[in-house]
Amino acid sequence: MTALELLTWARGPGLSIALAVCAFGILLRLFEIFGLGRKADLSRPRDHSPGSGWRTIVSRSLPPPGMVKQAPVTYIGGYVFHLGFAITLFFFVPHIELVRGLTGLSWPGLPTQLIDIAAVAGLLALIAVLASRLSNPVKRFLSGFQDYLAWLLTFLPLATGYLAFHHLLIDYTLALALHVLSVELLLVALPFTKLFHTVSVFVSRWYNGDIFGRKGVAS
Amino acid sequence: MAFDEPTIAEILRRQGISRRGFLKFCATTASLMALPPSMVPAIAAALEKARRPSVIWLSFQECTGCTESLTRSHTPSIEGLILEQISLDYHHTLQAASGEAAEAAREAAMRENHGKYLLVVDGSIPMGNAGYSTIAGVSNLDMLKETAAGAAAVIAVGSCAAYGGLPAALPNPTGAVPVSAIIKDKPVMNVPGCPPIPVVITGVLAHFLTFAALPELDDHGRPKVFYGESIHDRCYRRPFYDQGKFAETFDDEGARKGWCLFKLGCKGPVTYNACATTKWNQGVSFPIQSGHGCIGCSEPGFWDMGPLYKPLSMPIAPVQMMVGAAAAGGAIAGAAMAMRNRAAKKSAQAAHQKVTVEDLEKAK
Repeated sequence: MTALELLTWARGPGLSIALAVCAFGILLRLFEIFGLGRKADLSRPRDHSPGSGWRTIVSRSLPPPGMVKQAPVTYIGGYVFHLGFAITLFFFVPHIELVRGLTGLSWPGLPTQLIDIAAVAGLLALIAVLASRLSNPVKRFLSGFQDYLAWLLTFLPLATGYLAFHHLLIDYTLALALHVLSVELLLVALPFTKLFHTVSVFVSRWYNGDIFGRKGVAS
Repeated sequence: MAFDEPTIAEILRRQGISRRGFLKFCATTASLMALPPSMVPAIAAALEKARRPSVIWLSFQECTGCTESLTRSHTPSIEGLILEQISLDYHHTLQAASGEAAEAAREAAMRENHGKYLLVVDGSIPMGNAGYSTIAGVSNLDMLKETAAGAAAVIAVGSCAAYGGLPAALPNPTGAVPVSAIIKDKPVMNVPGCPPIPVVITGVLAHFLTFAALPELDDHGRPKVFYGESIHDRCYRRPFYDQGKFAETFDDEGARKGWCLFKLGCKGPVTYNACATTKWNQGVSFPIQSGHGCIGCSEPGFWDMGPLYKPLSMPIAPVQMMVGAAAAGGAIAGAAMAMRNRAAKKSAQAAHQKVTVEDLEKAK
């Protein structure tokens, strides 16, 4: 199999399978989560707490006072990675073309130099948070196989994309094929690992904020 | 190769090529092949002294486009002269002889230059039924094996000979295979392209005459000097790709301004060839310069590598139906799971036994 054949498989059957598994998994988990139901809360809600869920969506996305100083790698690394990843994912023209091919939707892209900076920032942040996870005994104790798997599955698309774009180490066609395949791996794993937070993050933040609001904990 | 035959330099002079023109050709060839300038005299000396190289050209399952590309240049070039008038002992399209006389010419060239002649092949070889393609009643496979046996090296010209090309495109009705699938005991060099750039052929020929060996090849058997870099990397429109400026259609403002053709399906990023540097028609232009994206014709199996007009990052096949069905399946499975969870909760509630203080007292 040549690199171009691998790329063709990745763009054809590979992508179909990955997207199908991802869609199946996301719907399965959403129905399962929402179908669980909650016990009826018979107690009277404490204080007045409307909008507590919505406020939590915002407040939990910001670092609590003093925490940036206490855990700078976790917070700054987290922000830089998520922003870098999002910019690379949504504003690199070939990525927009992929979305256009799938949905018909498109929007203007950014110059590749900016994408390059975002991707490098994302990669460096990922390396920093992994180093911190490994060196900090508490973080290491709390980390399981899934945490490292999620890290690897996120790192690979960025790394292979970077290699492909800059023609580093391996032939471009092969690098592009590996890049597409690594994204497909990410898509397949997304619904069934902690990566599902991509879909569930704001739902769970809203729920936590709302339930704690009812119990009298201000958000 | 009889020694009373004129040398290449003599033949060129007879054709009206000046020494200045000849040296210019040698310098161009050296630079094209990424050889140091000090090699120019060596090439000139080798070509001057070289007797007529014998080239046998076999055409199998092909469209003659490769020959057209090589011979229909606007003005006769030194490249064209070296190949057409100096070297060729046998070529269906170009030779005057036909029938038995033509085959006799091939056999004579093979006999006289045994072990020294270059065999050029264009077109793929059908393995399905020998009758799919024959020449003078001889199957392509037999003729290739017979002619390759006495060749110094084999050059597979065009994507059909190099990779199977269009005849080998799915579903490959004739069982077409490239030259390299059959000839294993001789050096085989691929010069793919649909058609390939003429100067690549003559450059390789000049290399063979100067160094008595084929140039360095890549993983696909292509000369690295010509196929070492992608079209995208050498494309003059590359800055527009980097700036995010793309033509959206073939006649929009971006197209008129000469912006990048990636969104119109250009395969430049995954295609390795010299089009962007040597260009076509004596360096006049190449497809991207004339406003059409690269179709990747020098890559193996390019016919089956997805739609020509879809960007490289777009999916090849429609995925909406499959993804929709999978999502529906996921929803049904999720709903079933939720119902099962609820049923488990209900049965747990139903099985719950109430214990009163009296019961506990009694138990004492």
